[in-house]
Amino acid sequence: MKTLITALVVATTFAVSASAQDMAYVVNDDDYTIEKSLTGVPGDAGAGQAAFVGRKKGNCLACHAVEQLKDSQLFHGEVGPDLSDVGNSYSAEELRLRIVDYKVINDDVIMPAFFRSTGLSNVGKKFKDKTILSAQEVEDIIAYLLTLKS
Amino acid sequence: MKLFLVGLAALGLSLGAAQAQDIDWTKVTLEGFEVPLAYENEDGDLIRSGFTFRTPGTQAMQEDDFANPAFWRVDEGEIAWSTPEGSEGKSCADCHGDAAESMATVGTEYPKVDAESGELLALEHRINKCRTENMGAEAYKWESQGMLTMTVYVRHQSRGKPVNVAVDGPAAPFFEEGKALYNKRVGQLDMACKHCHEDYYGNYIRADFLSQGQSNGFPTYRQKWGKVGSIHRRIRGCMGNIRGAKYPYGSHENTVLELYIAHRGKGLPVETPAVRN
Ligand code: HEC
Ligand code: HEC
Ligand code: HEC
Repeated sequence: MKTLITALVVATTFAVSASAQDMAYVVNDDDYTIEKSLTGVPGDAGAGQAAFVGRKKGNCLACHAVEQLKDSQLFHGEVGPDLSDVGNSYSAEELRLRIVDYKVINDDVIMPAFFRSTGLSNVGKKFKDKTILSAQEVEDIIAYLLTLKS
Repeated sequence: MKLFLVGLAALGLSLGAAQAQDIDWTKVTLEGFEVPLAYENEDGDLIRSGFTFRTPGTQAMQEDDFANPAFWRVDEGEIAWSTPEGSEGKSCADCHGDAAESMATVGTEYPKVDAESGELLALEHRINKCRTENMGAEAYKWESQGMLTMTVYVRHQSRGKPVNVAVDGPAAPFFEEGKALYNKRVGQLDMACKHCHEDYYGNYIRADFLSQGQSNGFPTYRQKWGKVGSIHRRIRGCMGNIRGAKYPYGSHENTVLELYIAHRGKGLPVETPAVRN
């Protein structure tokens, strides 16, 4: 895992084979973005909210609080930053890298890489060689996050 | 100086788990305990029992032996202790006498390296060694009723005494292994134990209030389980939550992790049987 990260930081742009389906993406390490959509299909913010909240999907709420969800969701985590205004703070390209693999930015981060299935160890049988989210779910969550402005 | 927590809940203080953090736990010693529920280690870190992270309601269940839903195992264990089993017709008591004396500190010392074989033994391993080698009895299955009752009974003899595992000499390589595993990212979620239990204790992760993942209460009654469970069961639960391959009960991995965890909480009082949510 370390070598992957070093490689990413050393190269200006670097193509990575990301999942079992061999979805390739390019990380711009100079500004920490992934420019191109993972699917080419525009994200759906409604589906993104469901994937954001779902315990078997992103379960992002485990670590992040979102003011806009306080009425519909009981438990919001305190481990990561509040995301209520994240749509004003980050672009789609920046969000894409953070969801795909935050470890490119901070190698000690607790936040999982949601779209990487390589460089892992001791993965449970059911989850082997699978990414946590599908490429489209990542795009949907990005669309949802861009609506969060407070 | 000893302050007793008894009555804190009875005072009608309705503290949430988060507010309970405001209590100076280094000054709180449960009734009959030799050491408080928290202390500051050499690095200036506050080492806290899982007790200090739980709600007053859960704490109250542990503090009162009559309310503690696992306490019957202490009585049951006392009977099992002096009941002969196996081809030798011997009971634990025949060789070890009064557990209050012979087992007084055993619960603070395990996992421990077996002088004979050089292996690292959890208390469960050691009890099974006596059953198979000294009694001609069958080994208990790790998470069986018989084993849970016996480990609760034996470790309860050390209740209130500080955890004091050895991690030097022959234990050193096992300690290093445990430490490496504790800090290694595993599972599809790619997290190490340390990410939750060192970096973010005292924070909510969704509905769960994260503790330091200490082991001084085990075997512990967990409300979610509705029964007592071993530390290996708890570690397997955490592994499952991060979508990792669970190490088997009694495995080397779980036992070296258990040693490392015990050392992190060295000096915390044994609470067996503790109550957690
Ligand atoms: C296990 C906890 C955890 C989970 C689950 C998690 N995150 Fe994070 N997230 C963090 C932490 C911690 C940070 C801060 C990292 C840092 O500062 O280096 C963070 C940072 C972020 C940021 C940057 C925020 C900022 O203000 O800089 C975004 C965006 C984000 N996460 C989105 C998500 C999304 C979307 C999901 C679900 C798909 C998710 N996170 C799941 C822990 C988590
Ligand atoms: C035939 C005698 C015999 C019987 C019966 C017996 N043991 Fe032991 N036990 C020993 C011996 C010998 C040792 C190793 C010497 C020592 O460390 O005290 C030992 C060690 C132990 C230890 C470790 C003590 C330490 O300080 O590390 C525990 C715990 C233990 N026995 C529990 C039990 C339990 C529980 C039973 C009943 C299920 C039992 N034993 C039955 C002989 C016996
Ligand atoms: C995603 C976060 C997370 C990770 C990673 C994690 N745990 Fe836990 N663990 C929890 C939660 C939540 C609980 C229940 C509340 C508490 O005590 O923190 C818990 C409880 C525990 C407890 C019981 C504490 C007590 O007071 O009874 C132990 C022991 C433990 N964990 C050990 C481990 C070990 C060993 C690992 C690594 C294999 C690990 N945990 C990884 C979240 C985590």
